[in-house]
Amino acid sequence: MSAPVRGDEVRLGPPGPPPQARGRFGEFGGRFVPETLIPALEELEAEFRTAWTSPEFRSEFAGLLSGYAGRPTPVTECRRLSEILGVRVLLKREDLTHTGSHKINNVLGQALLTRRMGKQRVIAETGAGQHGVATATAAALFGLECIVFMGAVDVERQALNVFRMELLGAKVIPVNSGSATLKDAINDALRDWVASVETTHYCIGSVVGPHPYPWIVREFQRVVGDEAREQCRGMLGGKDPDYVVACVGGGSNAIGTFAGFLDTDARLVGVEAAGLGLESGKHGASMSRGVPGVLHGARSLFLQDEDGQILEAHSISAGLDYPGVGPEHAALAASGRATYASADDEEALSGFQLLSRSEGIVPALEPAHALGWLQREAGNSVPLGSTVLVTLSGRGDKDAMQVAERLTGEPLE
Amino acid sequence: MNLESTLRVKRDAGKKLLVPYVTGGLGAAWLDVVRAVALAGADAIEIGIPFSDPVMDGRTIQEASQRALDIGATPAGIAADLSRLDIDVPLVVMTYYNPVQHAGHERFAAQLVAGGVDAAIVPDLPLDELDGWGDAADAAGIETVLLAGPTTGDERLQRICERTRGFLYGVALMGVTGERDHLAGQAKVMGQRCKAATDKPVLLGLGISTPAQAAEAADAADGVIVGSALVRRLLEGGGPEEAGAFVASLRAGLDADSVSG
Repeated sequence: MSAPVRGDEVRLGPPGPPPQARGRFGEFGGRFVPETLIPALEELEAEFRTAWTSPEFRSEFAGLLSGYAGRPTPVTECRRLSEILGVRVLLKREDLTHTGSHKINNVLGQALLTRRMGKQRVIAETGAGQHGVATATAAALFGLECIVFMGAVDVERQALNVFRMELLGAKVIPVNSGSATLKDAINDALRDWVASVETTHYCIGSVVGPHPYPWIVREFQRVVGDEAREQCRGMLGGKDPDYVVACVGGGSNAIGTFAGFLDTDARLVGVEAAGLGLESGKHGASMSRGVPGVLHGARSLFLQDEDGQILEAHSISAGLDYPGVGPEHAALAASGRATYASADDEEALSGFQLLSRSEGIVPALEPAHALGWLQREAGNSVPLGSTVLVTLSGRGDKDAMQVAERLTGEPLE
Repeated sequence: MNLESTLRVKRDAGKKLLVPYVTGGLGAAWLDVVRAVALAGADAIEIGIPFSDPVMDGRTIQEASQRALDIGATPAGIAADLSRLDIDVPLVVMTYYNPVQHAGHERFAAQLVAGGVDAAIVPDLPLDELDGWGDAADAAGIETVLLAGPTTGDERLQRICERTRGFLYGVALMGVTGERDHLAGQAKVMGQRCKAATDKPVLLGLGISTPAQAAEAADAADGVIVGSALVRRLLEGGGPEEAGAFVASLRAGLDADSVSG
């Protein structure tokens, strides 16, 4: 099979393995939700099981991914960056999709499921606003009512995305409880859903939440990894990259990328937000510093105190500002198949500028963490001469203003 | 007597059951509030162990939980406080699963036993995920109360009825905790479905805010749980006296109704 090329039709790879019984990935996952939601999750699971093996559903999904979202996205060879770092850098360009991030892959799939279930209203949580924009986009495309819950802090730092969502016809509800970020937006989305579940689909944006969400979102995102694997083999004479790297908040772009490379020899590395530093206590590194717990419907790793109260995360990037991680990542770490590292705010800013200047590509702050990690580790834990695929999960336009203020120390006029 | 037998005896004597909810650790006088609520005629008292991310709770209990956490409430601290109580009313803690699993099932259950607690409600731990905690709680003599919702199908309702201990918590509306202007239309249906499905005591909770609503809901069940309406009074500065007076008004509403009806 030839490697996917932009302008081709999207060819979906075969479905990946479902989780084990009761939605488990090893000891993680599950369905820890109020009783009221159980029937809806059972319905969603049954609907997805049928849809995901249905040729009609797959063909419609693939058609939307190519005709609407602009897939396949290319893998870009970064010549100047490779020269600077001493490793060969390939970028999977999710920034080039419609709406500018990988989030569109998942929402198009979930919008199709929403229609199949006969529901007319979707709710979503958003951190950086990328998933909110993607959901609002799909809702406009499918004629669905759309409500997006967004932490008040994020509403502030991602004003442009708030406007985009409203422009697309969605209603954005600022969430003031708790830390007023992504975690609290998910809490309020769940509270809405407990009341509205009979008419509403909760379009979760990452590989988090109760079963079947981590499975569904991984499957809708695996196109990223499946495409990238074939594209890398085309560029590398049939070989796989030595490293496959992606940033991890909840972990959807990373799990989608890793899904395509699980059966290869590539080392899989997830990069979390170290915020102000792992020792500062102000970070989003739930893989490095979290312990097993149950939040938002799943057992996974969470930042929490000695009594099991969830701690606030911190990151310069709203999309990584989450005190947990998807259960399949926790399982991949436990099995050793993937490893998880982190990059702090400064390293992310450095990666942000490095890619902009060396390749003319402005990354979102989330994948800038993966780039910042690579900048630090190239020639250290990543041997010089290695080939490294980095998933560029989104473009950086949304972050330009925030980074400008951060770099110049004053607000942009 | 455990919680279930206590409630059964009262129900079988023709009494409607009243279970008020108090957020544990909410202010220095919180144990006095519990005492006042007991004196005012509660048949059991639900004690909230606050959690940082209470997804089944609306604004009032969210705020109460946060306030309690801010002044240092912990599961162990609340259990220790409860052990100093000198009241003859069964206690049911309500919390979320993360603090339970974080402490460890056996250890958490042992803390409750030491606090004189009879039962526990963990709303994000549905039937299918109950095993670890459910077994540990059973072994320790803590009765785990399960919830059934308006969306719960008949076959599942039957399994929930079999597994629940203490009583069956019928969720009286689609939504989270909080006061409502009217009793939800689902409340009566829920009460009737639950009653038809089990002989265990059936209590309705969520959105039951006034004596009249309590009486109306209790018509279709064995009794009611009232949380936000009481906790709001505490958040607004009310103390043991006001809490006691409000619970007495709920008691009067239920008793008048069971006498007349």
